[in-house]
Order: sequence, then C-alpha cells, then structure tokens
Amino acid sequence: MIRYIIRRVLISIPILLIGSVLAFFMVAGAGNPLAELKAKPGTTPQQIADLEASLGLDQPIIVRYWRWLLDFLQGDWGQSIALGQAKVEVFDSVMRALWITARLVVGAEVLAIVLGVTVGVIAAVKQYSIFDYLATSAAFLMFSMPIVCVAIILKTYGIQFNNVLQDLGFDRWLSTVSPAEGGFQGSFGEVVFQYTGTYLLPTLSLTLISFAAYSRFQRASMLETLNSDYVRTARAKGISQRRVIFRHAFRNALIPVSTLFSLNAAVLFSGAIITEAVFGWRGMGALLVSSIRTFDPYMLMGWLMVTAALVITFNLVADVMYGILDPRIRLA
Amino acid sequence: MPSDPSPVLNPATPGGPVPTTVGATGSEFDTTKARKQSTLIVKRFLRHRLAMASLVVFLLIAAFGFLGPLFWTVSIEDTSSRGYLPPSAEHPLGTIQTGKDMLAQLIVGTRLSLAISLVVALGSTIVGVIMGTLAGYLRGVVDSAISRFVDLMLIIPQIAVAAILVRALSGSWYVVALILAAFAWMQTARITRGETLSLSQREYIEAARAAGAKTRWIIFRHLVPNMVGTITVNTTLAVATAVLSEAALSFIGLGVQSPDTSLGLIINENYSQITNRPWLFWGPFVIIVLISLAVNFIGDGLRDAFDPRQTKVRS
Repeated sequence: MIRYIIRRVLISIPILLIGSVLAFFMVAGAGNPLAELKAKPGTTPQQIADLEASLGLDQPIIVRYWRWLLDFLQGDWGQSIALGQAKVEVFDSVMRALWITARLVVGAEVLAIVLGVTVGVIAAVKQYSIFDYLATSAAFLMFSMPIVCVAIILKTYGIQFNNVLQDLGFDRWLSTVSPAEGGFQGSFGEVVFQYTGTYLLPTLSLTLISFAAYSRFQRASMLETLNSDYVRTARAKGISQRRVIFRHAFRNALIPVSTLFSLNAAVLFSGAIITEAVFGWRGMGALLVSSIRTFDPYMLMGWLMVTAALVITFNLVADVMYGILDPRIRLA
Repeated sequence: MPSDPSPVLNPATPGGPVPTTVGATGSEFDTTKARKQSTLIVKRFLRHRLAMASLVVFLLIAAFGFLGPLFWTVSIEDTSSRGYLPPSAEHPLGTIQTGKDMLAQLIVGTRLSLAISLVVALGSTIVGVIMGTLAGYLRGVVDSAISRFVDLMLIIPQIAVAAILVRALSGSWYVVALILAAFAWMQTARITRGETLSLSQREYIEAARAAGAKTRWIIFRHLVPNMVGTITVNTTLAVATAVLSEAALSFIGLGVQSPDTSLGLIINENYSQITNRPWLFWGPFVIIVLISLAVNFIGDGLRDAFDPRQTKVRS
C-alpha cells in the first residue's frame, strides 16, 4: 500500500511538471498584465520598459518559465503584479484563500456523501416507494440546477429569514458575506453561532449540487448488490434483514461510490468558485477572477498549481479508499 | 444505417456495401416481419412517455430561441426605454437596467445558450470518440499517450482554464463554445476507450482485421456503430452539462460578453433584482432548469431505447 502511494506520488510529478509548462504558456500568452497601464494617459514608454524589466517581462517566455520554476520549487512563488496596490506574496494570498475555500469544500463534500449515501440506500431498499420517487425527483432537479441559482435563491431566502429573526427579536444569524478576517471572536457559543451562520448557506448550496450525484450512484449500486446472488444466499441462510442490508449489501455497494469521490473533486472546486462569487467570499474563486481580470501571471500560476495538486491528491485518496473498501483490489 | 451491427454477415468485403435489410424481403411463409434495429429503437423511445414529453419541452424551448425573433422583433440593442419598467403590453417581461427589452434578451439568450451547448456536445463527442477509440483500439504507446493526456487535462477545473482563455480571446458565443468543448471531451474519451477495449476482443472485429480492413474502417464502420447507444446518451448528457457550465462561466463575467448574451449573463445582470422584480431572475432560471431537465430525461429515454434487454416493444 505504501509503495503504491509512493509510486503514485512519483508519477504525478511529471504530470504536474508538464501541466505547469502548458499552464505557464497559456497564462503568459493570455494577455499583458501591463496593458491597462499602457492605455493610461501620461505613462511614458520608458516607464513601461523599466517596469517590464523589473518584472522580468522583457525576457523570452522560456527563460521566464525556467526562472519561475526554479523559484517555485524553492518556495518563492513570486509576487502579484496587480498594479496600484502594495506587492503581495503569491504564496500568502493563495494559502489564505485556500484556507477559506477548503473549509467550505470539505464540509460540503462530507455532508453530501453522508446525505447522498443515506438517501440512496433508503431509496434502493424501499424501491418504488414514495420516498424513492421523491428522492429521484429531487436528485434530477438538483442535477439540472445551475449552482449559481441555488446559491442566489438560498442567499435571498437567507436574508428574508434573517429579517424574520430580527422582527422576532433575535440576532441576525445567517451571514451572506465573506467570513471576517482574523476568525470569529467571542465566547464559545458566539463563535459557534457566527461560524454556522457564515458557513451554512454556501455549504448547503455546494452540498445540494453534489448530493444528487451521490444519491443516484448509491441507489444504483445498492440495487445491484441487493439483487446479487450472495445477498440472496445470505437471506436464504436466515440472516436478519438489517444484517443483510448493512453487512452484505451496503458495504459492497459503497465500493463504486468511492470513484465518484475523485470525479467530484474538480466539480466541487468549480462549484466553490461560483458559490463564493455569489456570497462575495474572498476565497479561491475571488482570487481566480481578480487575477484573470488583471492577467496576473504568477498569481494565476500559483492558483493553478495548488488546484492541480489538490485534484491529484483527491484522486489518490479515492484510489486508496477503493483499495481499503474492496480487498479484491490489490494496490501494488 | 449506422446502428445496425450486421457487418459480420459480410466480412470478406470491407469496402463493399453492407446489407442492412437482411431478411426484410419477406416470403409468404414469414409469420413476423423483420424489423430494423433502428425502427425498434425509435419505437421504444416513442413509448417512453417522460422522454417524449421532455423532447416536446426541449423542442418548444428551441423554437422559442430560434423562431422567437420572427414573432418578437424588438432588438436586444434597443435601449430607448427606461430601465426596470414593469411588464406591460409593450414589454411583456419589462425591461432590464439598461432599458433593453427582457423578452428579446431571453430569446437571444436562449438561442445562444442552446447553440453553445449543442456545439460543445457535438464537438466534445467527436473529439472524445476519436481519442477514445484510437486509444482503446491501438493500445500500447498511443493508449498511454492519450490516457496520460486525459489525466493531464483533468487536473485543472474546466471553469478556470475556460475563464482564462475567454478573457484572452473573446466573449463571442462561438469562442466560448469552442473553449468549453476543448475541455469537455475527456469523459467521452474515457468511456469510449473502455468500451472499445472490450469490443475489440469480439470475433467480428478480428474477422474484419483478418479481411484486411484498415484502422479507420474498423473504427468508423465497426466500433463506432456498435457504441452508438453509449455515445448518443453521453452526447445528450453533455448538452445538459454544457448549459450549466456556460451559465457558471457567464455568471462570473468571464463567459459570453455583451453584445452577445446568454442565459448565464442575463442571470448575472439581473439577480440583484430577485426580490423587487422576481421575473427578471426566474425567467432565465426556469429556462436553464427546463433545458437541463429535459435533456437529462431524453438521455434516460435513449438509454432505455438502446438497451437490447428492453422488452417493452416486441420485435
């Protein structure tokens, strides 16, 4: 198992490296970060040239890539080129944004798996019941909803819910803005109150979207195991219904679902970008959008590399989970 | 007739015509008329009530987008009215902030969103099928190269790359469509690769190869026709995904740009009015959800129709 993990990590290094080359060429070719400055009246060509030289933009692209790679590997991810602002270290910005987004994504993923698997199992055990039809309809509806709209609707009703709370004389609970810088303050109860209020709606929007896929997948795979021969044998031996469902069918039905976990990683991240845009969070989504707008090359590279590494990690975790859940698979 | 897996009957002449109506020349002793595979599939699909209803909904939406301009001739560029007018006879859905007519916006938005998703679905299917069958049929180095390339393409969220490229190139609808298609073919490639791996073990592929058929012939005349069910279902589902991706991309302002418009961009421009002028938000929202739902159900119906184990229609 450990040898397998090490090998997978080693394989992912060339993939990341080739990915970084492609990403660097795409980012550098996308646009000039100084275009806005050039268009501004009153800037002399000399100023532009000086700035270009100081940022290394006058070098050929291969040289720039090579310099970037060497610095990147040594932990120096470069500085943001956003003009008119204080220079920001890319590493710090990306990590700060990631910390905000990661809590959102991880919470949503855990909730979606628990909810989706539970609903899927019940729907399969009680196939063609009212619950099954309701779960199927809900999943199909959620499949077809743009996450933008889910987030917008939740935000709107969240604000109205807050207004109702306020009319009843309580504090406004649900927050529809970015979590405060520097964490939550106050007593334990207050922190929990603020934390849940801030995270509830964005997490819910992400959860609702990925829950649909999990519940459908779990239902299909559970139906397959429930109709398999070994489950019939177990029933024939007189094992109780509960034990058949949980020990025989459910455990085996979980195996294919773990593949969805890795497929879902990139989806969740895209969803997080949108959710953050709606709720105005300053996480990875906002960082991406603002860096694209200014063609900020090093910031974008930092963002892309971190995301790529995360997706690869997710895939690895899913494969290892697959191996643990299914002893027939030998990871070697 | 592409879905007819009958080439085994005629393996010796890979260039020759494939008889598609074997047995159709019925004699007087035939008790049942032989039917073509395609007729059966169409019949099964027509019996699928939810899928048929979805097809009708989808066609209505398409008609709204593509034929709407014939009946509603207000230009989307017309800003002569005041902003945020309530619905009236002159503007059935009111106007948006810039004074543009909302109904005209919706018609154009629906048309371009549909056009984008159809281009994405077709483009990604063509690329995905070619990559997948090549990898699965040729194996070896080609397979490794394509598979690694797919892995590479999958490590970065589609929306991030697409946003960067849209900002670099332009926000015309066809540029957005091509960019989205360029990052949407990997799933199809994986699926067709898997299917090709198992199909190419079958005897009729071996027979075709023994008869001297070229790779291109085997892929397009033997492999693809036998995967047509999987491919069609996958294409329909890709339409649904593309509608949602386009909406997401346009919402963060890095998708379709004015003067073009799309359902995602309309939502972006109007979602702040959800409480005061709800129709400005719910209109595009309902259309997106309907397109996506309808396409998913059509895909479901197609899946059932292509499944030979289905016995709803007896042959």
